[in-house]
Amino acid sequence: MNKKQKSVLFRILATVVLMAILALLPVSGYVRFGLFMIPYLVIGYDILKKAAKGIWNRQVFDENFLMAVATVGAILLGEYTEGVAVMLFYQIGELFQSYAVGRSRKNISELMDIRPDYANIEENGTLRRVDPDEVEVGTVIVVQPGEKIPIDGVVTEGASSLNTSALTGESVPRSVKAGEEVISGCINLSGVLKLRTTKEFGESTVSKILDLVENASSKKSRSENFISKFARYYTPAVCYGAAALAVLPPLVRLVFLDLSADWGTWIYRALTFLVISCPCALVISIPLSFFAGIGGASKQGVLVKGSNYLEALSHAKYVVFDKTGTMTQGVFEVAGVHHNTLPEGRLLEYAALAESSSSHPISKSLQRAYGGEIDRNRVTDVQEIGGEGVLAKVDGVPVAAGNGKLMRRLGLEYSECRSVGTLVHLAVDGAYAGHILIADMLKPHAKDAIAALKKCGVKKTVMLTGDAKNVAEHVASELAIDEVHAELLPGDKVSQVERLLGEKRSGETLAFVGDGINDAPVLSRADIGIAMGALGSDAAIEAADVVLMDDDPLKIAKAIRLSRKCIRIVYENIYFAIGVKLICLLLGALGIANMWIAIFADVGVMVLAVLNAIRVLFTKRL
Amino acid sequence: MKKNYKIEVDCANCANKMEEAANRTEGVKQATVNFMALKMVVEFEDGCEPSAVMEEVRKNCKKVEDDCEIYF
Repeated sequence: MNKKQKSVLFRILATVVLMAILALLPVSGYVRFGLFMIPYLVIGYDILKKAAKGIWNRQVFDENFLMAVATVGAILLGEYTEGVAVMLFYQIGELFQSYAVGRSRKNISELMDIRPDYANIEENGTLRRVDPDEVEVGTVIVVQPGEKIPIDGVVTEGASSLNTSALTGESVPRSVKAGEEVISGCINLSGVLKLRTTKEFGESTVSKILDLVENASSKKSRSENFISKFARYYTPAVCYGAAALAVLPPLVRLVFLDLSADWGTWIYRALTFLVISCPCALVISIPLSFFAGIGGASKQGVLVKGSNYLEALSHAKYVVFDKTGTMTQGVFEVAGVHHNTLPEGRLLEYAALAESSSSHPISKSLQRAYGGEIDRNRVTDVQEIGGEGVLAKVDGVPVAAGNGKLMRRLGLEYSECRSVGTLVHLAVDGAYAGHILIADMLKPHAKDAIAALKKCGVKKTVMLTGDAKNVAEHVASELAIDEVHAELLPGDKVSQVERLLGEKRSGETLAFVGDGINDAPVLSRADIGIAMGALGSDAAIEAADVVLMDDDPLKIAKAIRLSRKCIRIVYENIYFAIGVKLICLLLGALGIANMWIAIFADVGVMVLAVLNAIRVLFTKRL
Repeated sequence: MKKNYKIEVDCANCANKMEEAANRTEGVKQATVNFMALKMVVEFEDGCEPSAVMEEVRKNCKKVEDDCEIYF
């Protein structure tokens, strides 16, 4: 609790004690009034002060003003206890709310406690701590066991294991050795590491993630906008209702029914209206739910860029996947060389060199299989043909490496393969020279991931891939994916997604899941773009609405379940709070509900709604 | 131009009121207040001086909620 909260707590306790004493004292008349003014002012002086300022600024529907009118009115009617109690409970509610909000703010910033405070630079054999912001790209920094890696870099010396759980939610440590890339935000567990930084602090993973999480809830969801609109009309409406209730029934009684006006009763009923008129419960619990939802998700390694995306995700009925790197590991191994007219090693060498400028996983696997040194000076005239392959000259010899389409383009006969995998056909010096079979492995959880999506109500799963038809179909049937489209160019993926977007009914959303390589346009076209394994891929973090920090496809279903829970709680709170308030307004108008029930409708509902909202944070068992 | 400001405010409804007040201020194209993160994101109209506009935003916000603060 901060200082402000403590002083309010003290005032609340003092008021409770004073009220208990006053209840026992047998006083009446002005003395009683005077004595009751003591707890009233103790608990309410700041509200009264704010109310006065509100009047000065012509803010009539200010909640302080409403509370002031309600309590002063009650006191004038002689209902001293109720007047003080309304103020007391109002303050209790406010205190609870500010405490709960403060706690969840703290909770969530602890979840995201990945901000490194310093970086170590070695100077003349001693370590000096510097601000990570001041470290230039290419500097060698030292990370000791127990410290966070402050800046993205490459390990130059040492080996260790890293705890990545703050970033990915994954609890198994990752081992790293010299030459490997590491990302900031991981905790070094065992050995001393020396890193050469590859980015500035501001561009490092940790800064990007913090930035993303901190700015997440600025994009508001429909429910949040609904609530702020509702609050704008609700309070004035109830206040006019209160005014009407205070004046009209007594006049009707006087003029038409020839009864006594009974002003006291009707004014009392009008005052209960004012107590219910505050929209606090709703206005606080909805953003709190989303905040907790986004926080809880980031604890699980799922970054959501705004509450609107959380809302959209909860309606996901179509999930479209990229294949490579999303459902498969994207780690390709050369499984064989067939129909080769040249020696195997020679063919691999040509392929590896021709593809050497590409960072595609396939070219990496070719380089691995080749095993030798890649001398890029041997490669000239590189020409990439999107979705087909690459043309280049290796040692002056024209080489074409790519899929069947590339061979057709060159007018060459080529042989298909019976095995399932990706084929890289090669043409050397204008003649077909055989193909290299590269097989990709399914991710261990890929199958469960699809099953989990089906289980949580996703209507259709679709896989889009640039890969060959037989590979795509094999993978799709293995995973039980409903629909598959193969041999697509990046542009085709967009049009496929657009077709699906046209197919779905309103209220349903389509999520596209990709690994962020080459699919930024699709990520932004889909209702929700989910990038997975995106740590370190800036383009994907930029284009996606939801970022899965590790590359486990099971997290997709988890993210959907999480968003559903959050939205369910949001709606529970909306219906509950509005429902209770409307019922209490009705009962208040009829004279059945007194001010005590009105206090419950105001403070009690708010406390319950806030507690319900905090439930979103518990994501373990989802 | 879009800028991010830290704010201080106690209740969620007051944050909504601040948002409304900021949006009414001349020179502000779009303002969003995020109560949970205690942040205000303001997009300015072209050719407006942010600090001058923010002075007005603060004034308008103080009118609807006396107890608030914007840091700029």
